[in-house]
Amino acid sequence: MKKYTCVIIDDEPLARSLVIEYLQAFSNIEVMQECSDGFEGVKAIAQHNPDMIFLDVQMPKINGFEMLELIENPPAVIFTTAFDVYAMKAFEANALDYLLKPFSKERFHKAIEKMMNQLGSSQDRPAYDALVEAANEQEELLTRLVVKHHQAVVVLPLMDIQYLEAYGDYIKIHTANQVYLKKKTMNYFEQHLNAKDFIRVHRSYIIPAKEIQKIDPPDFVILRSGIKVPISKTGYGKLKGVLGI
Amino acid sequence: MHIYLLVDFGIDPKIAVVDSFITHFIFALTSFIIYITLKYYQPSKENFFYIRIWALLLAIGNTFVIVNALQYIYVSDASYQSLLDKSIPLRFCYQILMVATITLIQWLGNYMLEQQGDGDRKQQSESFTKEAELYNLRQQLQPHFLFNSLNSISSLAGSRPEEARKMIQQLSEFLRHTLRKDEKQLITLQDELYQLNLYLEIEKVRFGNRLKSVVLVDENCSQLLLPVLILQPLVENAIKFGLYDTLGEVEIVIQGKCMDRKWLQISISNPFDPSTHAQNSGTGFGIDSIKRRLYLLYANNDLVQIEMKDNLFLVRINIPQL
Repeated sequence: MKKYTCVIIDDEPLARSLVIEYLQAFSNIEVMQECSDGFEGVKAIAQHNPDMIFLDVQMPKINGFEMLELIENPPAVIFTTAFDVYAMKAFEANALDYLLKPFSKERFHKAIEKMMNQLGSSQDRPAYDALVEAANEQEELLTRLVVKHHQAVVVLPLMDIQYLEAYGDYIKIHTANQVYLKKKTMNYFEQHLNAKDFIRVHRSYIIPAKEIQKIDPPDFVILRSGIKVPISKTGYGKLKGVLGI
Repeated sequence: MHIYLLVDFGIDPKIAVVDSFITHFIFALTSFIIYITLKYYQPSKENFFYIRIWALLLAIGNTFVIVNALQYIYVSDASYQSLLDKSIPLRFCYQILMVATITLIQWLGNYMLEQQGDGDRKQQSESFTKEAELYNLRQQLQPHFLFNSLNSISSLAGSRPEEARKMIQQLSEFLRHTLRKDEKQLITLQDELYQLNLYLEIEKVRFGNRLKSVVLVDENCSQLLLPVLILQPLVENAIKFGLYDTLGEVEIVIQGKCMDRKWLQISISNPFDPSTHAQNSGTGFGIDSIKRRLYLLYANNDLVQIEMKDNLFLVRINIPQL
């Protein structure tokens, strides 16, 4: 029988024990590590490279979704949470299954079977496109960014952002004394940041309204930090709209 | 009847008909005036005196108009004139009776309609209160807390059934207390702390060693009163912020003091991270709703204070002892 490895990430010890207990029925699944928060989770996944993870959503400092964003090639994810409002978001994050606490042994077995079918076959994960689209439409705005810096995980308050700059497949997040990289698109940030506070002034730039020092029409805006950011024609239009000029 | 009476007094039937017509035409006009007036201005019970004066004036006016009109029309008929003069008091009495009756009927009709409207409004505001109460109950019964607790019980049931049974009992007792209906009900600090302890025990089972609590309450305060379920949402808030805003061990400190037996002061503190706290939109729903409840109960907006220093977040509430 094929062997699988997994990591359990949940801040409640009894919730982790339950998963372990349910997993005893599967002799081919080995629990590599139990983690009580997302930071440990990131490390454990990097270290063990497991086939799957069991992931809670609400956890200290960074939640399960924020943790997933920090992982380059995430393993199969089975969410375990008491919240049903996250189901859409879970599928957007390519979750394999979503277990609502408290879940039964039968439901758990179904999730595992699904996982084995999926990992066993070479085909890609099922297309969740429709679900993802629906989730994107109703998704809430960001209140902070979680980024990885060297091996550390950093929680960035939005007010620390000086500007965002497109950089290949990544976005450069500029703060007063650091530049962070995050694998997202400009469109993602444009949609998930409050349009009143963050303005996309250029195809490759988003700036916070509070950082604007001076506008040098028609090509540049100068930030408080002294940095000159290019603006496009449509960007200038948006800028004027937000600032009411 | 009017005509028959006049004919009986020896008046020409033709004159009697005209007399009757004028009298009742004027009366109908008056009724209409009363109807219109009361429709737009319904005096309260206290102002009923004015209604009587008004009705009296209307009756006098009516009699005057009727008599004058009849005198003018039949100025040459002497026998009718003398009868008319004699009938003034009678006509006046008749007018007063009719005007008063119409006014009273109209007023009562309006009064009843208004009462019904009042009733509707009362019912509406009562249902609003109830909805708010239910909303509160839902808030207190955090589904997140409930489902995670049930998950912990499910876990314990396999490994440590005795503890699972204990937790079910604690959870039930806590829920029963939470489902109490009367928001205004006062409870002794001792009883509230007992309930709070149930809640803390459940949360400690959930979070294991991460959660610690210290309860420091002056002996002599234990019989002081506070509204039910004031402390639990605050402690819930403290746990939530403490556990999700920091890593490692979290100690919740609950302190109770009494000031001259006139005030009961309770403070609840939890560790927090000032750098990430700002983005969690400040105080949180729990504290706001408690502030609102205390305001509704004591009409005082300063009963809840928040302090943040170093890595400690502290909420202090003052409960007046009436």
